[in-house]
Amino acid sequence: MARYDRAITVFSPDGHLFQVEYALEAVRKGNAAVGVRGTDTIVLGVEKKSTAKLQDSRSVRKIVNLDNHIALACAGLKADARVLINRARIECQSHRLTVEDPVTVEYITRYIAGLQQKYTQSGGVRPFGLSTLIVGFDPYTGIPSLYQTDPSGTFSAWKANATGRNSNSMREFLEKNYKETSGKETVKLAIRALLEVVESGGKNIEVAVMTKDHGLRQLDEAEIDAVVAEIEAEKAAAEAAKKGPPKET
Amino acid sequence: MKFDTSGLESHGQLVGASDGLFNGFPTAPSFEIPNTTDFDCFQKEAIQMVKPAKGTTTLAFIFKEGVMVAADSRASMGGYISSQSVKKIIEINPYMLGTMAGGAADCQFWHRNLGIKCRLHELANKRRISVTGASKLLANILYNYRGMGLSVGTMIAGWDETGPGLYYVDSEGGRLKGMRFSVGSGSPYAYGVLDNGYRYDMSVGEAAELARRSIYHATFRDGASGGVASVYYVGPDGWKKLSGDDVAELHYNYYPVQPSVVEQVMVET
Repeated sequence: MARYDRAITVFSPDGHLFQVEYALEAVRKGNAAVGVRGTDTIVLGVEKKSTAKLQDSRSVRKIVNLDNHIALACAGLKADARVLINRARIECQSHRLTVEDPVTVEYITRYIAGLQQKYTQSGGVRPFGLSTLIVGFDPYTGIPSLYQTDPSGTFSAWKANATGRNSNSMREFLEKNYKETSGKETVKLAIRALLEVVESGGKNIEVAVMTKDHGLRQLDEAEIDAVVAEIEAEKAAAEAAKKGPPKET
Repeated sequence: MKFDTSGLESHGQLVGASDGLFNGFPTAPSFEIPNTTDFDCFQKEAIQMVKPAKGTTTLAFIFKEGVMVAADSRASMGGYISSQSVKKIIEINPYMLGTMAGGAADCQFWHRNLGIKCRLHELANKRRISVTGASKLLANILYNYRGMGLSVGTMIAGWDETGPGLYYVDSEGGRLKGMRFSVGSGSPYAYGVLDNGYRYDMSVGEAAELARRSIYHATFRDGASGGVASVYYVGPDGWKKLSGDDVAELHYNYYPVQPSVVEQVMVET
C-alpha cells in the first residue's frame, strides 16, 4: 500500500488515490468550520484557536469575501487557502468582465472545485489540503446557497454543513436540530453547532453573517458573547423544565 | 535598426480560463511578423482590399414590443453582383440573431462559434446567456484577432431576462449598446428613413413596415445593396421571420406606375 501513496497520479489497486485521502486527513485536523443556510441569512462560523498575545488578530481573518455577495470559510492548510482564494477572487472579477454579470454561487464553487480537481490529476503537484464552505446569494434571483468543496474536487449544496475538526459531531447536531430559520435564529443555530465542539466564549469563535442587502458582516466579540449567553440561558431553562414538572407522578 | 515589437505583444484577455495549472491568463493568438520592406503600410493595403466588402445594408432597433432586425441580401465583388440571395441575418439560437456585414465567411463562422459558446454556457450554468454576455464574448474574440484582417460588422439582437437587447460589435473590437443601429454601405440611407419614422411605442406591424422601408430606400440608392429585404422580429418567445420581399417589387408597391400622357407621334401632313 505504501507504494501507491507517493505520487498523486497513481491509483491503488483498490481504487484509492491516497494523496487525496491524506489531504482529507489534513482537513480533519484543521479548525472546525460550520455553515448554516437560512431563508434570508447565511451564517459561517469558524473555530478560532487562541491567538498569541502579541499577534494582531485582525490579520488572521478566517472568513473571507470572494466578491460582494459571496463569502468563503475553510478548514485545512491555510497557505493553500490563500492561493485558492486569490484565484477565486480573480475569477469572480473576470466573470464580471466577460459577461457583465456577477457570478452565481454555483459557478464559483464549480470553479474552485475544478481547480482542486486539476491538482489531483497532474504530475509533480499535490492536492490542496482544504475543504471550503462557500456561501452567497445569487444575483437577480436572490436565492441563498451554501456549498462545500473538498480536496478531491467534488462539491455539493447543503442546507447546513460542517468541516474540519469534529465535523461529524457538528453535523450530527445539525441533522438533529436543523429547521428552516431566518435572521437571528440562523446565527443561533450556527453558534450552537460550533459550541458542541469548541470551548464556549466569544474569543474562541469567529462568526460572519451574510444577507442579501448588507453583504458579509463579521460579528464582533461582544455580539457573539451576547448570543452565546442567550444560548446558555435557553439551555439552562430547558434543563430546569426537564427537572421541574415530572414531580407530579 | 532593430524592430521595436513591444507594441505587438498582446496581453491576452482577462478571461480566467487557465490553460495550465500555473497560468491564469491565456495567451492571445499571434502570428509571425512578415518580412516586408514597408511594414507599416502593407497591412493597410490588405485591409483596403477587404473594406469594400461591407457592401450591404443591415439594421436593427429596439421598440416597445421587442427588437426588429432587417437586412438586404446582395453580395458584391466590386461592380459584380455575385449573389442576390445571401442570408445576412444569422440565427445564433432561437432567441438571438446576428446580422452580417463585412466578410461573409468571417461573420458566418464567428456567429456559429458564438452559438456554440452560448449553448455551452446554458449547459454549464443551467440558464440562458444574456445578450450582454453573448455580445461581450464575441467582442472579446474579435479583439484578440484585431489587426489580423477579420472584417465583421455585426449586430447581436436578442431577448433575455432583462428584456430586449441590442449590441453592435465589430472587428476592430468595438462594442456598443444602443436602441437603433444600421451597418453597411447603405446605412446612411437606411438611417435617414429609420430615424425619421422611429417611435418607441410602435406595434409589431408598424415597426416591420419601418424596417422594410428603410432597407428598400437603402437598396434604391446604394449599388452594393439589393436583392430581398428580410425582416425578423425578436420577442419574448424568440425570433420570428416576418417577411422577405424582393426590393424591386417593393419599389412598385411604394411608387406604383402612374399612367402618363402618351406622346403623340408627329404626323407629317
